[in-house]
Amino acid sequence: MAPPRTCALCQTARPIVRRPKTGQQVCKECFFHVFETEVHNTIMSAKLFKPGDRVAIGASGGKDSTVLAHVMKVLNDRYDYGLEMYLLSIDEGITGYRDDSLESVKRNQQEYGLPLKILSYDELYGWTMDAIVEQIGRKNNCTFCGVFRRQALDRGAAALNVDHIVTGHNADDIAETVLMNIMRGDIARLGRCTLICTQGEDSIKRSKPFKYAYEKEIVMYAYFKKLDYFSTECIYSPDAYRGHARVFLKDLEAARPSAIIDIIHSGEAFQIGEAVELKAQQTCKRCGYMSSNDLCKACTLLESLEKGMAKLATGDRNRRRLDEEPAPENMRTIPMFHRATPAEPAAAP
Amino acid sequence: MEDEKTITVKLVFGGGVEVLFSNKRNQSITIPAQAPASGSHPSRPADLRYLILWMSESLLTDRKELFVDGETVRPGILVLVNDTDWELEGELDYELQKGDEVVFISTLHGG
Ligand SMILES: [Zn+2]
Ligand SMILES: [Zn+2]
Repeated sequence: MAPPRTCALCQTARPIVRRPKTGQQVCKECFFHVFETEVHNTIMSAKLFKPGDRVAIGASGGKDSTVLAHVMKVLNDRYDYGLEMYLLSIDEGITGYRDDSLESVKRNQQEYGLPLKILSYDELYGWTMDAIVEQIGRKNNCTFCGVFRRQALDRGAAALNVDHIVTGHNADDIAETVLMNIMRGDIARLGRCTLICTQGEDSIKRSKPFKYAYEKEIVMYAYFKKLDYFSTECIYSPDAYRGHARVFLKDLEAARPSAIIDIIHSGEAFQIGEAVELKAQQTCKRCGYMSSNDLCKACTLLESLEKGMAKLATGDRNRRRLDEEPAPENMRTIPMFHRATPAEPAAAP
Repeated sequence: MEDEKTITVKLVFGGGVEVLFSNKRNQSITIPAQAPASGSHPSRPADLRYLILWMSESLLTDRKELFVDGETVRPGILVLVNDTDWELEGELDYELQKGDEVVFISTLHGG
């Protein structure tokens, strides 16, 4: 028998987890501490917050956002960030999926004492995902959901008058996105997807404090802290493309655990040349949300739903056919987007 | 009934793995204490390699590929033995002891 092992950090307690990033064997207390401290270091070195910031935690009830809410609460108390934090959830209107996961968000709200705002697709767009899938079927429904969720989060954040949304995207998610953007040849998104913090003109900052946190550690953290999260797959979206990238990444990780961070670093190393500059942003003529065209993506998709032509909406080529179709009377549109207060002037350097 | 020839262990599922196992979050199972020879592995006291094979043959009906990959679990499923990462316990070679609790958690579902 091998001699009893001890934790690589405290040299005393029995190790319970092997860290994928470093191969170190650490005990439970050291694992909690090192995981939290690394997230704190990520936050500090990217200067994500300043005292008094109002921050919304995008909460889906899943593992990542549940652990994020917990860790943000711990760090805000431990290091006196001085943040005012909120939970922000989007209800896509998916019976048997989102209604259940919102229950776990509500339990988190109780436990952490953070105010919770739920914004539904139904109240914002007049359509639930259940109704959208009824019209368009199961193909491409993720396009609608993704566009609608992004804008709903920004609008929920504006309603809460927050400066900043933090999401639970972890290192594995980001590495996956890098791989998908490489496979699709989407150079413009490649550089952007590894940024820890993004801010469109006039919109709310979005950051990923778990950018360097491995999924394995997030799940282990939730397990050992006995955090309550929801883990059912969305009934409409076995997101096939992401699924392939994910399996491929997990295979790479099994062969070499540092693969995840290595892929993030390669994504960061791609320089965006002038030729692939992202389109200049303007605001949507119909709803005021930021957009690179006259109409934002959500307004275009909503119009296609209202005209009963949503199957056409996901290709540019079909845009003209959609335009030619007369708008139905009382066509629903998205309420005008505005920030409650102008963004604060940037702090003096 | 447990005797010298069998061993009883507790299985716990989480993170979505439970849907593959009739949505039961935990169950006790009794398996032969001696694993029969399989592939390049001779007959030996029951280990995690054997447990995973036994589970895929005895507990899983369809969609086995969502749980097993070759002789091990699919990448993205974490395994703990008595609340310790199996990577610290020899993974597939870990020899099961009476009353062990083996946890399988998927990291693949939900955010
Ligand atoms: Zn320790
Ligand atoms: Zn719009």
